[in-house]
Amino acid sequence: MNESQHLSSQFDEDLSRLRTHVLQMGGMVETQISAAVVAYATGEIGSVKSIVDTDHKVNELEKAIDDDCAHIIAKRQPTASDLRLVLGISKIVTDLERTGDEAKKIAKGVRRIYENGHVPSQFGIGVRHLAEAAIVMVRQALDAFARLDTEQARAVIRADSEVDTEFKSIIRQLITHMMEDPRTITTSIDIITIARAVERIGDHAKNVSEQVIYIVEGRDVRHTGKGSSK
Amino acid sequence: MQIHDQPSLKAEARNLNFYYGEAKALKNINMPIYDKKVTALIGPSGCGKSTYLRSFNRMHDLYPGNRYEGEIRFFPDNTNLLSPDVDPIEVRMRIGMVFQKPNPFPKTIFENVAYGLRVRGENNKRALDDKVEQALRGAAIWDEVKDRLQDLAPNLSGGQQQRLCIARALATDPELLLFDEPTSALDPIATGAIEELVHELKKRVTILIVTHNMQQAARVSDYTAYMYLGEMIEFGKTDEIFIKPQDKRTEDYITGRMG
Repeated sequence: MNESQHLSSQFDEDLSRLRTHVLQMGGMVETQISAAVVAYATGEIGSVKSIVDTDHKVNELEKAIDDDCAHIIAKRQPTASDLRLVLGISKIVTDLERTGDEAKKIAKGVRRIYENGHVPSQFGIGVRHLAEAAIVMVRQALDAFARLDTEQARAVIRADSEVDTEFKSIIRQLITHMMEDPRTITTSIDIITIARAVERIGDHAKNVSEQVIYIVEGRDVRHTGKGSSK
Repeated sequence: MQIHDQPSLKAEARNLNFYYGEAKALKNINMPIYDKKVTALIGPSGCGKSTYLRSFNRMHDLYPGNRYEGEIRFFPDNTNLLSPDVDPIEVRMRIGMVFQKPNPFPKTIFENVAYGLRVRGENNKRALDDKVEQALRGAAIWDEVKDRLQDLAPNLSGGQQQRLCIARALATDPELLLFDEPTSALDPIATGAIEELVHELKKRVTILIVTHNMQQAARVSDYTAYMYLGEMIEFGKTDEIFIKPQDKRTEDYITGRMG
């Protein structure tokens, strides 16, 4: 990645503002997930509304960043690392916005569970652990983007398969619960929805990391299974 | 890249050095020119790209004190274009050139195109008519000038003059066309017409183009070479050069990080 200055300082400013906005958006999404996980663990469902409200802001930011990307392409005709940065960002914001949507899904699922008078922890399921792993992935993916660190990006890609494995194990446990006691079905389905959303968050963090590798190295590692290694 | 994707060579510079008197303007250039492809030469002013281009049709022979070392091989006959035994006039019949500013002769449109043919000894009126029409059609200007072939060429618009110059270059049926910043004096519409024409022309002729406009290089060329201070820094497929150049100096130039 090229860190030297452009002849046009205006162009440098445009790109730097773009990156700042992506990190700002990432920060908002990270807060959304954390708040949703706290609500899951503690039953403080008062935060659900603010998670949903934040999602509107995340959506607006996605549109604004995409618009900035279009302007930079139209006005500056970026090439090479600049082009890859703009293209990568345009894809990253899509993943971040969807991560925000998943956080919203978690929050709403949590609210349903507690409103029905249940407590998810009584199921003894490792959703919280899974969610914490996903939050770390999101944070590391954003760090990898901020520092254009492909080692970090590759670590996130490797972590995703662990999250996927754990998600499958949670589903198996919940199916057992439901078969043993059909009264748990409603809540189990809500927990499945939540676990599924967490698993998707891991996928989005992985996608962000793949874009970081593209931005830095110009290699498209999507769908190759090769993203986690050099 | 798979073997069968590799186009055949039209020309190849081998250890090419060039001196303007004592000043070394080209430093050990090695570069292939692929047949019926467009190759763009980019680089900052003074990097040697025009010097390199002009070596192909021996333009430097016109001034004393200029000196070549190395070879430019021309295929399929494997002639060394720079060999003292090779007649520059013969070379220029096979290698046409279009300059930055349109430079039609102060003659009629018809005579501009017919000139090279007459030099070559073609005097048959019908044959001249046919070949002039063919060249003007090839340069996408026939429809605009067919009813006024006897008008003076300098009365045409800039874009038309440039296409006339391309027709003039095409008339002798060259194998390689050299373009030295062919659109830098033209407006965007005329530029678009020339770029479209380049795209058509490469079906039958190999093209080497010097341009300061990087987006133009990206649009029209199949291969791009980046030159700096008389050296060939990087040569590769245009798609790769503009997305993932291998050399940091190329990257800095095409992303606007150096002048």
